Amino acid sequence: MRYVEEFRDPKAAKVLLAEIEKVTNEIGATKEKPVHIMEICGGHTHAIFRYGLDRLTPEGIEFIHGPGCPVCVLPMSRVDECVEIAELENVIFTTFGDAMRVPGTRKSLLQAKADGADIRMVYSPLDALELARRNPDREVVFFGLGFETTTPSTALSIQQAAREGLNNFSIFCNHITVPEPIKALLDDPHMVLDGFVGPGHVSMVIGVHPYDFIAEDYGKPLVVAGFEPLDLLQSVLMVLRQIRDGRAEIENQYARIVPEHGNPVSIAAMADVYQRRPSFEWRGLGEIDASGLRIRDQYKAFDAEEKFGIGYAAGPRNVQEPEGCECGAVMTGRIKPTACPQFGKGCTPEMPLGALMVSSEGACAAYWQYGGRRAVEAAE
Amino acid sequence: MTLRDTKVTLSHGGGGKAMRDLISEVFTCAFEPESKEDQARLMHDALLQPGAQLAFTTDSYVVTPVEFPGGDIGKIAVCGTVNDLAVGGAKPLWLSAAFIIEEGTDIALLRRIVASMKAEADKAGVKIVTGDTKVVGRGSADQVFITTSGVGVIPADRNLRADNIQPGDVAIVNGVLGDHGATILAARGDMMLTSDLKSDCAALGHLMEATCNAVPVRACRDATRGGIASALNEMAEAAGCAIEIIEEALPLRAEVKGTCEILGLDPLYLANEGTLVLFVAEEHAEAALAAMQSVDTGKEARIIGRAKAGNPLVTMRTAFGGSRIVDMLVGEQLPRIC
Amino acid sequence: MCLGIPGQIVAITDEARMMAMADVSGVKREVSYAPVLTGDPADLVGQYALIHVGFAMALIDEDEAAKTLEALRDLGEAQEELEAMARTEEALQ
Repeated sequence: MRYVEEFRDPKAAKVLLAEIEKVTNEIGATKEKPVHIMEICGGHTHAIFRYGLDRLTPEGIEFIHGPGCPVCVLPMSRVDECVEIAELENVIFTTFGDAMRVPGTRKSLLQAKADGADIRMVYSPLDALELARRNPDREVVFFGLGFETTTPSTALSIQQAAREGLNNFSIFCNHITVPEPIKALLDDPHMVLDGFVGPGHVSMVIGVHPYDFIAEDYGKPLVVAGFEPLDLLQSVLMVLRQIRDGRAEIENQYARIVPEHGNPVSIAAMADVYQRRPSFEWRGLGEIDASGLRIRDQYKAFDAEEKFGIGYAAGPRNVQEPEGCECGAVMTGRIKPTACPQFGKGCTPEMPLGALMVSSEGACAAYWQYGGRRAVEAAE
Repeated sequence: MTLRDTKVTLSHGGGGKAMRDLISEVFTCAFEPESKEDQARLMHDALLQPGAQLAFTTDSYVVTPVEFPGGDIGKIAVCGTVNDLAVGGAKPLWLSAAFIIEEGTDIALLRRIVASMKAEADKAGVKIVTGDTKVVGRGSADQVFITTSGVGVIPADRNLRADNIQPGDVAIVNGVLGDHGATILAARGDMMLTSDLKSDCAALGHLMEATCNAVPVRACRDATRGGIASALNEMAEAAGCAIEIIEEALPLRAEVKGTCEILGLDPLYLANEGTLVLFVAEEHAEAALAAMQSVDTGKEARIIGRAKAGNPLVTMRTAFGGSRIVDMLVGEQLPRIC
Repeated sequence: MCLGIPGQIVAITDEARMMAMADVSGVKREVSYAPVLTGDPADLVGQYALIHVGFAMALIDEDEAAKTLEALRDLGEAQEELEAMARTEEALQ
């Protein structure tokens, strides 16, 4: 078993789709009165469109694309701060490719690179660490971005840097957590949601229990899901069955990867290196309490915000989001991407206005790339 | 032998004796142009046929690193321009080659690049008949940039154009997709990936001759930058009809899929340097496949989809029976990781 | 978000820094095995792990994977039985 192709078998997909259709009918969901399922994770959004699952599932199911794309929820101010750090003399600024095109108020990292900043795309924070070892007279900063899946990698990298006594390596920490924005969404009175497909790789780190409140306090089902198309379809089916049966439980479809209590080494590394910020700004969602992480004082030497006096370390911040941008409404599921007045007009992948158009995991870019353009053209 | 330097210096671009030595002992000794004049004087019987057309194309080549598994910048510079002629239905005949060389470049590297250009030109049956060299200061170029222009002849009865494509026509590729792009990604080293992949870099003149002689080819493009997705989008646009490709029919090596899985890339957008896609009427599909498969560069030829009536969009039927739009790429494809 | 892909750990490359070579469909990349180390690093060789940003984040549980696929097979068989029953009923009528 290679754990990939087995979970892409079209025959098994047909079986799942037939069963999904059956349960959707049993619930009585229709195109006019659909059941709303949010896939929290941007990776799931991407997979749904990439495999065309949205067009294979019954019209009675409406997918709402959640806030789980770290690039999409990154506020402009943080991009500005990235550029500010990257443009400092003697800095090598390293980042995942995902963040290169996100617009800031002045420029994106791609534009800053064109203007002369030494910005390099890496695959891993370990590669940034290696750059720091090889360039002892340069400051190497890594753009720490992502949810609980990615957070351990930067925590472990900081621990490694501390062990080696590297003093030219730091992280610009933008790590965020999944449960808090979900709580914020559930508290939103406009929100219509019947159940969740939960982020499998986040749960691989934190386990399944951090979502217990979703079932216990809000009475909504959540199924932790893998990323192959069969995983997604099976998870959707599991959510539907819970809805049909009137259950609200946290189930785990992705048990081959997700242990109930997560990964102890990663959890310990995160606890050692990071602490919660009182609040953190999300694009489209505003400030959410305790939803972001910062580097503990013990590891202050590896905190780019402290090292360069930029970001939350520099005091109160206030950056306006671009006018007419409805990313927030899309992310909370209040409107579909195509209902945003800027979709396909002022906001396209060529000239993104809002973040959801930047990353291919953003709902708007996915709509555009994998079929949304047809919707715009049909409407005109 | 009067060229003793091991590295190119600014004096090799100065117009004097050093430049003459570099040109004669690195370039013309390999390319052996017939004329010592600055211009090439060309004659070919094919030009005398009534209705024959001259085809002329030019392209610049920059690639980092300049040498990579399966080829180097010289091989690409020959293959790329030969292919630009071939996919238009021309028989490639002559090339020019202009080199912009960064000060400090190893002369041994230049010799390797030139040797690979000569070998590739011989294989493709074209002659490099004229050229130029310039030397620029350190940092003004990345070792070497090459511009090649190519001239060929299109026979009277041949007319390959994307707007010839009719709904129902079959799309055929000659080989696997994405090898070059995935190889270069690994060879650059910044993602620290290794594999046994090699660039597919190859001249496709013979393949096109064999195919065009066997069946009427409606249209052809080489799927270079932007990958097969971009080539198909350009063709759909020009033809004014839709193109549907079948995911399961796409020839992809496991290592290319692996590279894409690791970095979150789409192989449809990875560059190729020896891959073309052509359209023929359905009744000619079998004959076209047979003709292509009779040539080395067409061994893996297969049908990947067809043209359909409808808006000029490229769609892909997924292995699941779902479908999605395969749009043009916005800018460069970036890894999607976190 | 959170792109992860199964890869096989094929060799331990640097025990001091807890690094191993992982193989994804013939593409190799050095990764940290720190998150999945519970005993002797040599025991990891041959195992499949979920690779994310250069780290082996979880070992893949073969039994659980088989269970998931089995559940899908059962569902398929149940559907086939239902369809067969429906066909029999139709034939009887």
